[in-house]
Amino acid sequence: MSNANVNAPVPAIEISGLKKYFPLTSGAFNAKKGSVKAVDDINLTINKGEIIGLAGESGSGKTTLARVILNLTPATGGQVLMNGQDISKLHGRELKAVRRSIATVFQDPASNLNPRLNVLSSIMRPMILHGVPKAEAVEKAQEAMKLVKMDERYLYSYPHQLSGGQLQRIAIARALVLRPDIMVLDEPTSALDISVQAQILNLLLDLQEQFGLTYLVITHDLNVLRYISDRIAVMYLGKLMEFGPTETISSNPLHPYTRGLMAASPILDPTLRSQKKELMGGETGSLINLPKGCRFAARCPHATDRCREELPKDYHVDALHQVSCFMYDK
Amino acid sequence: MSDIVTKLDNTEEPLLRLEDLSIDYRIRNGYLSAVSDVNFTMNRGEIVALVGESGCGKSTIAFTIMRLLMDGNEKIGGKILFKGEDLNKIPVRDMEKMRGKHIGMIFQNPLDSLNPVYRTGSQVEEAILLDGLSHKEAWERVINLYKDVRIPDAEKRVNSYPHELSGGMRQRVMIAMMLSRTPELLIADEPTTALDVTIEAQILQILKDLKTQYNTAILMITHNFGLVAEVADRIAVMYAGNIVEQGNVFDVFAAPSHPYTRLLMRALPRKTKHEGRLETIDGNVPRITEKKPGCRFANRCPLAKEICFTENPPVLTVSHDHTFSCHFAEEASKL
Repeated sequence: MSNANVNAPVPAIEISGLKKYFPLTSGAFNAKKGSVKAVDDINLTINKGEIIGLAGESGSGKTTLARVILNLTPATGGQVLMNGQDISKLHGRELKAVRRSIATVFQDPASNLNPRLNVLSSIMRPMILHGVPKAEAVEKAQEAMKLVKMDERYLYSYPHQLSGGQLQRIAIARALVLRPDIMVLDEPTSALDISVQAQILNLLLDLQEQFGLTYLVITHDLNVLRYISDRIAVMYLGKLMEFGPTETISSNPLHPYTRGLMAASPILDPTLRSQKKELMGGETGSLINLPKGCRFAARCPHATDRCREELPKDYHVDALHQVSCFMYDK
Repeated sequence: MSDIVTKLDNTEEPLLRLEDLSIDYRIRNGYLSAVSDVNFTMNRGEIVALVGESGCGKSTIAFTIMRLLMDGNEKIGGKILFKGEDLNKIPVRDMEKMRGKHIGMIFQNPLDSLNPVYRTGSQVEEAILLDGLSHKEAWERVINLYKDVRIPDAEKRVNSYPHELSGGMRQRVMIAMMLSRTPELLIADEPTTALDVTIEAQILQILKDLKTQYNTAILMITHNFGLVAEVADRIAVMYAGNIVEQGNVFDVFAAPSHPYTRLLMRALPRKTKHEGRLETIDGNVPRITEKKPGCRFANRCPLAKEICFTENPPVLTVSHDHTFSCHFAEEASKL
């Protein structure tokens, strides 16, 4: 599928060697016992106007990665360049300016909005914090409601008066008011019903096209990822297992973990149910006692001694497709 | 009514039959119709999926079958026939014997159903001891059940406390507990919603195997069409308290016939964005406080005409095991 921004990609987010370790301590003096490697040496470039889907089981580090990208928690190592700037090195006004260009939408719209504030105040809050005059903020809030196809009268509603789909629209409206170029969406539709999910996905795609936004979408629902993403990144225990164009990842996944994940994902067509293969055994391992070699070796049907001893690098099968598996080390 | 088991041994009858089932919840000024005119049958060894969006009444049906709606704020009409016996009419003591022995149920969050201070194995054993086995026999059976639901290291895991197990393992323990008394019907209310896809696939495989091994019928309550496509033999689609369409899962997926089912199927993200936007359904599910004739989907249906608001739609047959309720079958097929 040819796409204008794939032909001349301009990076929006460049992640190199990114690490986030949480220290494990014990005893009265917090003696360091080790660390939880929630994000471990991730390299990933997201181009402008692209939708990247981040897949993986719970505990794979998807949300931690997003939090580190957003600089909500400091990285242990590596760097994140946002439009060419290293946000961990920015302070004061410069940091605020970069923050303005990134917005987030989380899974549970109800816990996302302050129950004591009406919708207008919630939408205005980020603008007030960034010094937008109040009158202008009200105007922009009204505009944002139009963008998410909601009637202005809902500006005076409180969260408990609205449905899940409406709340998620408001969360999106709030994210849009500062005109960001990058949006991080953490499970944006997981709490919604199918028909509402379809409305939100359509809305997100419309907005992305209208404003040329860059999205990082985190979800465990592979059908949603396949629908919305240009490229899919698959994480397992803090490591990036595979990253490539959506068509390739869904029709010809290379990493055994991606294959297992695809096989486990329900296919929405009963006539294909007999085609199941390679159902993955076991469970996601622990981030505390990580193996020396490949993180997936314990569950991998193709694991060799090398996999158990050595950590695979990211091998490029072509310019857009990388796999972290020794089978593709050529 | 003491010898319920022999009385129920009538194999002619389908395992479960809901006849004109209606459930209303008492609210401040009147009643809220949660389920209305539901007719539905289930045979032995069948996996039937009850699908619908939140608030459609699917869980209400499950809780009513188990007689777990306990605050007295509901009004139940119609019949719930389990092997010919109306579960809504039998005395509470008989219903207690029914639960577990004949009908088991697993819930979305297994942690809510397990006692945190007892070993999981003991909790499963408790169910088995009800059948009068000795402790030694019962414990052995627990270990075998753990093996049946493929809990690795079964001999050790029977001694685990709930907090020591992962979500997938806890759900297996719940399934083991339900299996311990080999019920004919297992009601699974969103059994995998809290789990990752890989674990979900494993649990579904276990449920499918159980169906084959024990001939257990499974009533799966879910909002996930993916699950239905994976495991169900039959599907019943609910909307605002009604079953709008039901039938063989292959037929319903191949030829969804009710406008709601048709639109819902197209709202599923089955394609990529390059193939176009997803179908959406405008409007909201109505809150029905006043029972009047008419189709409950009418206010959102693109085909609705006057008759849809005034008369109940007829039940139409597509094939021998596929029916739906609509006034405009022909137009719906072109929707």
